Amino acid sequence: MLLGGAAALSVAPLRGAWALDSNHAHALIDTALGEVYGVINSGKPTAQMYRDFESIFVRYADVDVIARSALGPAARQADPAALSAYTQAFQGYIGRKYGKRFREFIGSKIEVTGARPLKSFYAVTSVAYLNGRAPMEVEWHVSDKSGRDRFFNIIIEGVNMLASERAEISAMLTARRGDLAALTADLQAAG
Amino acid sequence: MRPLSLVAPLALSVILAGCASEPVMQDGIRVNDPFERQNRRVHAFNKAFDERVVAPVARLASPGDGASDSPGAMDLVINAGSNLSLPGKVVNSVMQGRPEPAIKNFFRFAVNTTLGIGGLFDPAGRDFGLPEQDTDFGETLAVWGVPEGVYLELPILGPSTQRDAVGKVVDLAIDPLNHVLHRDGAWAAFGLRVASKAGDRARFGETVDSVLQGSADSYAQLRLIYLMHRRHELNEEGTEIDPYAETADDAIDPYAE
Repeated sequence: MLLGGAAALSVAPLRGAWALDSNHAHALIDTALGEVYGVINSGKPTAQMYRDFESIFVRYADVDVIARSALGPAARQADPAALSAYTQAFQGYIGRKYGKRFREFIGSKIEVTGARPLKSFYAVTSVAYLNGRAPMEVEWHVSDKSGRDRFFNIIIEGVNMLASERAEISAMLTARRGDLAALTADLQAAG
Repeated sequence: MRPLSLVAPLALSVILAGCASEPVMQDGIRVNDPFERQNRRVHAFNKAFDERVVAPVARLASPGDGASDSPGAMDLVINAGSNLSLPGKVVNSVMQGRPEPAIKNFFRFAVNTTLGIGGLFDPAGRDFGLPEQDTDFGETLAVWGVPEGVYLELPILGPSTQRDAVGKVVDLAIDPLNHVLHRDGAWAAFGLRVASKAGDRARFGETVDSVLQGSADSYAQLRLIYLMHRRHELNEEGTEIDPYAETADDAIDPYAE
């Protein structure tokens, strides 16, 4: 597992070495999925699995831009320290929330089927085969705008993670009357 | 009384409801929800109903943490119920001018009704490469160019749109089974299909719970998920959010303050 993680880290290309293209976007998602299934099939305790998912998320996703986009306009007014505490809480929340969902993927497989340029980024398409269920289309949006190749959105049968998290985070922020620190505290327990 | 007579008044109220309203962009997608107040009341009812009735029953029916390979009683019910939905899907595919899914579902129905012992088992999907081709009259209306209309949350049935709500009613009316079977048979088939839906709810219970009970605003979250998924299913507009473009637009400019 450790070795696999180290290998995957060295695979994640730095900007400048080469520009992002369909092949690299395809490879990035392939490698990330390999790690995810490594965790799913590891049989570790769930708390450890959620931490592992969080670490995969941090290494393959552009957490800063996802967290910022989920927070919406409030990110503009936030001071950097508060924003960074929020981002930290957000990544743990994502690790737990989607970690729980990935557990339903035990005994399944996801095949990466292709990659194409879309707007200013790349869309990597994949198909998830789950037990007793029609195959599901899962699309990954990958960009190198952060300086590294990272995915920033997952679309499962049309259901868009960024849009869904925007709705969730804005509802949580409203419940706290716009208090970012309180939202951050809530996120540490959520997911 | 046939199942249809239950829903006819509902259909009428949906059709009569006004369509004139301004859609807004919310969380990156187009939302047209002028009846939000009423919808939220229905949602509160649905959520309580799910919590107190559906979820406990579903938990009873679900086989533990079960990822077992042999089909349990619940799988048989799900199979049989969804098998009965196939003739209606064939009719819809034909009305959409899509012969391929119509033919596939026709053979799926033929194989599973015979070899699959009345649809209890799914040899068509397992051995013949004939998975279900999902469709309904809501999709037929979309193919015919009928607009989506406003968002609706229906009692018990859950999220929908005006177009999909009309589709549900018409689906009951045009279902060949309802015309072939006598009254008791039609009710039995209807009951089996309801049980099949409940089985699906049990199978994906964790996912449903996480949305309904685990969201800060489960109404908005469910509306968003339904609209995105349904538009994807019908090949209508997709949602491509570019957070980097937004970051550029929203760039913090300390000198502007």
